[in-house]
Amino acid sequence: MPSYDVMPDVQLFQPAEVDDALNLVDQYGKDGWILGGGQDTYGWLKDRAKHPTALIDLNGIEALHGIRETVDGIEIGATTTLREIIASPLINRDFELLVRAASRVASPQIRNVGTLGGNVSQDARCWYYRRGLACYRAGGNICYADSPQGMNREHALFDASRCVAISPSDTATALVALEATMIARSVNGSRNIAAEDFFVGPATHITNMTSLESDEILTAVQIPSRWAGSRFYFEKVADRDVWDFALVSIAVVMKMDGDTIAKSRFVCGGVACTPYRLLDVEKAARGKTLSDESGDAIAALASQGAKPLNYNHFKIPLMENLVRRAMRG
Amino acid sequence: MNPNLSRRHFIKAVIASSVAAASHTGIRSAGAQERHRGAVERLISLNINGRTRRVDVLPQETLAYTLRYKLGLTGTKIGCNRGECGACTVLIDDIPNYSCSTLTHSVRARGVLTIEGLQAADGTLHPVQQAFIDELAPQCGFCTPGQVMSAVALLKENPKPSREEVRQALSGNLCRCGAYDHYLNGVMRASGQS
Repeated sequence: MPSYDVMPDVQLFQPAEVDDALNLVDQYGKDGWILGGGQDTYGWLKDRAKHPTALIDLNGIEALHGIRETVDGIEIGATTTLREIIASPLINRDFELLVRAASRVASPQIRNVGTLGGNVSQDARCWYYRRGLACYRAGGNICYADSPQGMNREHALFDASRCVAISPSDTATALVALEATMIARSVNGSRNIAAEDFFVGPATHITNMTSLESDEILTAVQIPSRWAGSRFYFEKVADRDVWDFALVSIAVVMKMDGDTIAKSRFVCGGVACTPYRLLDVEKAARGKTLSDESGDAIAALASQGAKPLNYNHFKIPLMENLVRRAMRG
Repeated sequence: MNPNLSRRHFIKAVIASSVAAASHTGIRSAGAQERHRGAVERLISLNINGRTRRVDVLPQETLAYTLRYKLGLTGTKIGCNRGECGACTVLIDDIPNYSCSTLTHSVRARGVLTIEGLQAADGTLHPVQQAFIDELAPQCGFCTPGQVMSAVALLKENPKPSREEVRQALSGNLCRCGAYDHYLNGVMRASGQS
């Protein structure tokens, strides 16, 4: 029977056990496509911009789903939906930052099926790349966005290397701020990857957004209790409140010592291909009180080293102002 | 000439035999796939609007496609087919989902509710549908089935929502006519708050 749907012919596997999924991923390698909520997947397939031969749907695997308290924090299964994260009393109590980030993802219907594992594994946001053009990221030897006529309003300020696309994930910034650990499994065993090392830029890996190998599955995300109940700040600036990806977002965790900041992590989304840590801001924030004055004093450090393209200069004051807002009392 | 061998009968017979052949290959290839653990069967049962429906579903088929073109439930609209408009919203186990971005195989053993399943057996409209009519909520009407489903899901979870909560709950449904406030009025009326 022919299909008149716009979905291409592809095999579908819905394994019930992690081991079955690992075998399938191992067997299909780069031709396999791991399916979470599928909200980033179907666009690629319908556009014929990617051509996997097999979809491996992880949603039937009980072990990859749910939120558990561990000895040192919490563990969130990779197929836990953003809806479940937003509703979780445990995450609301300890890591509200992640709830705020997850609440700003796309639209309600997408959050209802979108998974944490899928949200952090999204592919780069660049319309040239997503159009299916043979750019660097797609294995070609040109960047259409970083050309004299290129439309690059949404693109990167930092760490571009041939490709200037950005990371679209809202939860990724929160997870880097919270020093989460990603658990990856393959048929050969499992490994723990610090969130900061999980996301990779084009200088490291031009065709991948994460350090996952093609035979690996992201099975869970662990958040240590180190930052539980800290002072959190999350803000996402986008053209539209719903569906849209961040122009710039910021996720901040702060440990206070009385009125002053003892320790903090500032992470920006939408400015680089990975969540971008503002190390200079973190250093300068130490010992500061929360006030407009301290915000003014350190904000300019946020954008140091930025290399704007033709149309994205506006992201520089945007980043600085988000730091100012995070520093308000 | 044998009247039983008329042209019409002949054509009918040819069609019937090719259908049989096609479905036979279909079954055989599904059997071959069972070698891999987790491969999906094509002939599945779906629970749509409280009824069990047997459908032959391709692995890559989306729920919107199955509903509209295999089950004749064309109340569910396909707008963008990209999860960016909300016209195809249906409830899966009471949670709103974009049916254009849901694989039909992922809703086996789950309950799907579409716009056709809302009205009572005697034809009485669902309170949300009635309130939308009373508030003249739809303009062109294309996004309406999706708006209704999102509103029904919200009221099941939260029978007395605030206007802001309604706004959030319906934020995944675009309306190109811009009749958003009318839809909000409709949901407030359906919840007995206006």
